[in-house]
Amino acid sequence: MTRGWLVVILAGAATLAIKAAGPLLLGGRALPPRLLAVLRLLAPALFAALVVTQGFARGRGVTVDARAGGLLVAAAGAWLRAPAIAVLVGAAAVTAALRFFLQ
Amino acid sequence: MQGGGVTMRRAIRDEASWQAGARAVLPLAAAIAVLGVSFGALATAAGLTPAAAAVMSATTFAGSAQFAAVSILGAGGGVGAAVGAAALLNARYAAMGLGLVPGVRGGPWKRILVAWLAVDESWAVSWLDDGRFSQERLVGAGLVLFAAHVGSTALGAATGRQLFTDPAAWGLDAAFPALFLVLLGPHVQHRDGRLAAAFGAAIALALIPFAPAGAPVVAAASASLVGWRQR
Repeated sequence: MTRGWLVVILAGAATLAIKAAGPLLLGGRALPPRLLAVLRLLAPALFAALVVTQGFARGRGVTVDARAGGLLVAAAGAWLRAPAIAVLVGAAAVTAALRFFLQ
Repeated sequence: MQGGGVTMRRAIRDEASWQAGARAVLPLAAAIAVLGVSFGALATAAGLTPAAAAVMSATTFAGSAQFAAVSILGAGGGVGAAVGAAALLNARYAAMGLGLVPGVRGGPWKRILVAWLAVDESWAVSWLDDGRFSQERLVGAGLVLFAAHVGSTALGAATGRQLFTDPAAWGLDAAFPALFLVLLGPHVQHRDGRLAAAFGAAIALALIPFAPAGAPVVAAASASLVGWRQR
């Protein structure tokens, strides 16, 4: 058993346990309305956090770099209800172009 | 309004199907595949066998956690540090798993399989516009992402080819937050959704300088508690 395989197996087992805990222990049960209201708000809370961490974090720092330009394009596209593929390609292209020209 | 009714029923049936979930993540599959090739190349460079790299993509199934674990291993870090970093980066899935609870059906094995296929992107496209969660959409989206992620990892690990040594040069790192921004849209049409999004973003932003990677998103889940108060 190499160290590599050990990491693969332990990380996989930990991830599956983390993911399955809720659905396995609570799934199929009727939940109180207040708890349902909280669970539904997990989506906006986590999406917003993912936008912030993946868009503006660099290690332990918060920076505004080329990704911010891509996110501006994405925000405009979302506002105009453009197709998701166009928004994603546009965001990536603008980010790549900003990086290329600003370097 | 007969035509409108038919269209509406079609749209609703369409929305909760696995095909709809698969279609919704298809635009991302290419970006996932590029990251998968990079991960495969990096993992083998860090000492994993190609089989171990592919198995990791199939089980840990989350790019950020895998990159973190393998880079720690490659830099001479211990097994505990590598596994701990991966677990912390994937800790947000505990919260996402709770989000699945109202919509998940079937026996324990089926529930484990559904939870397995829940990654950021598949979880994200599984929410219907009325705020309910669709298991069918999650499974369809998850299978597409699984195939793209594991297949591309195997390709990158087997060839070791540095096709995309720098995904950032292609702007791919911006495609992921862009997707979450697009998906956020329907959830901020009402006041509670806007509040949860604002608090979630503020908590994550405030914690980035102080907390290890992964922790800010986990902490941001607490913003959903604004739904607890009585209306």
